[in-house]
Amino acid sequence: MEVLKQELKENIIEQLNLEDITVEDIADNDVLFGDGLGLDSIDALELIVMLDKNYGIKLTDPKEGRAIFGSIEVMAKYITEHRTK
Amino acid sequence: MNTKYYIKSFCQIKDNKISLNKSVIYKNEDTLDFLDFIKTAYRSFEINYPKFFKMDGLSKLAFLASEVLLSREKINTEEENNIAIVFSNKSSSLDTDKKHQESIQDKDNYYPSPAVFVYTLPNICIGEISIKYKLHSENSFFIFDSFNAEYLLEYTKSLLSTNKAKEVLCGWVEFNGIEYEAFLYLVSKEGTIAHTKQEIIKLYNT
Repeated sequence: MEVLKQELKENIIEQLNLEDITVEDIADNDVLFGDGLGLDSIDALELIVMLDKNYGIKLTDPKEGRAIFGSIEVMAKYITEHRTK
Repeated sequence: MNTKYYIKSFCQIKDNKISLNKSVIYKNEDTLDFLDFIKTAYRSFEINYPKFFKMDGLSKLAFLASEVLLSREKINTEEENNIAIVFSNKSSSLDTDKKHQESIQDKDNYYPSPAVFVYTLPNICIGEISIKYKLHSENSFFIFDSFNAEYLLEYTKSLLSTNKAKEVLCGWVEFNGIEYEAFLYLVSKEGTIAHTKQEIIKLYNT
């Protein structure tokens, strides 16, 4: 799980172009949207694509993302339980 | 209709240099890559706007050239600022269009990026500037084979003379993935450079 969390942090920084943020800046329980990392609705769609591409998880309802993308901890748990690759 | 309009300020970005009113305010001869150049320029101006890093090349170019001009206008974003934006270029959003096309080329590896797709229109760069300065003004983006001073002149005069805008930020912002060039100028009732076709062409060729 720790390896997955590290991987998620690296991918989020790279794919969402978070230039001024490092892996160390993101705590496992930090809120990713809103006041946390400040991600927006396009970032949410980008994360949905990332789940599909990297882990074979297809979210058909974007609203599901709200709960799944709550924090790195929540994302890692969801991916571990639902991944197909 | 006899009101005279002036070019209040102008900015050029090309050949790894950024100039304001003919004076070079930033240059970087270390790198030839546009994205490296525009990023180091952004950092040198100490602008704090993280969304810059998410923009495509065309928007980064337009945003930074606009920033050079508008940051000096002391715009109060709490008030309505009626600054219209009229941009033009040759390649539209071709660089981003190609990136999007590449991402949907392979049916077995079909993962279009929403963050890329949202920039597959050239006028998105106008939206980025409008968001930063909270502009709810007239805007247009025209595609020409080359810089068209006469069209921009007449269009801008029309916006100002019919009170559709108090000032107009206009010009050329071109990026085709390799070559880049921005020439933006702010047209107003204040200034010293006459808003004429001859002056626009002269400044563009500076």
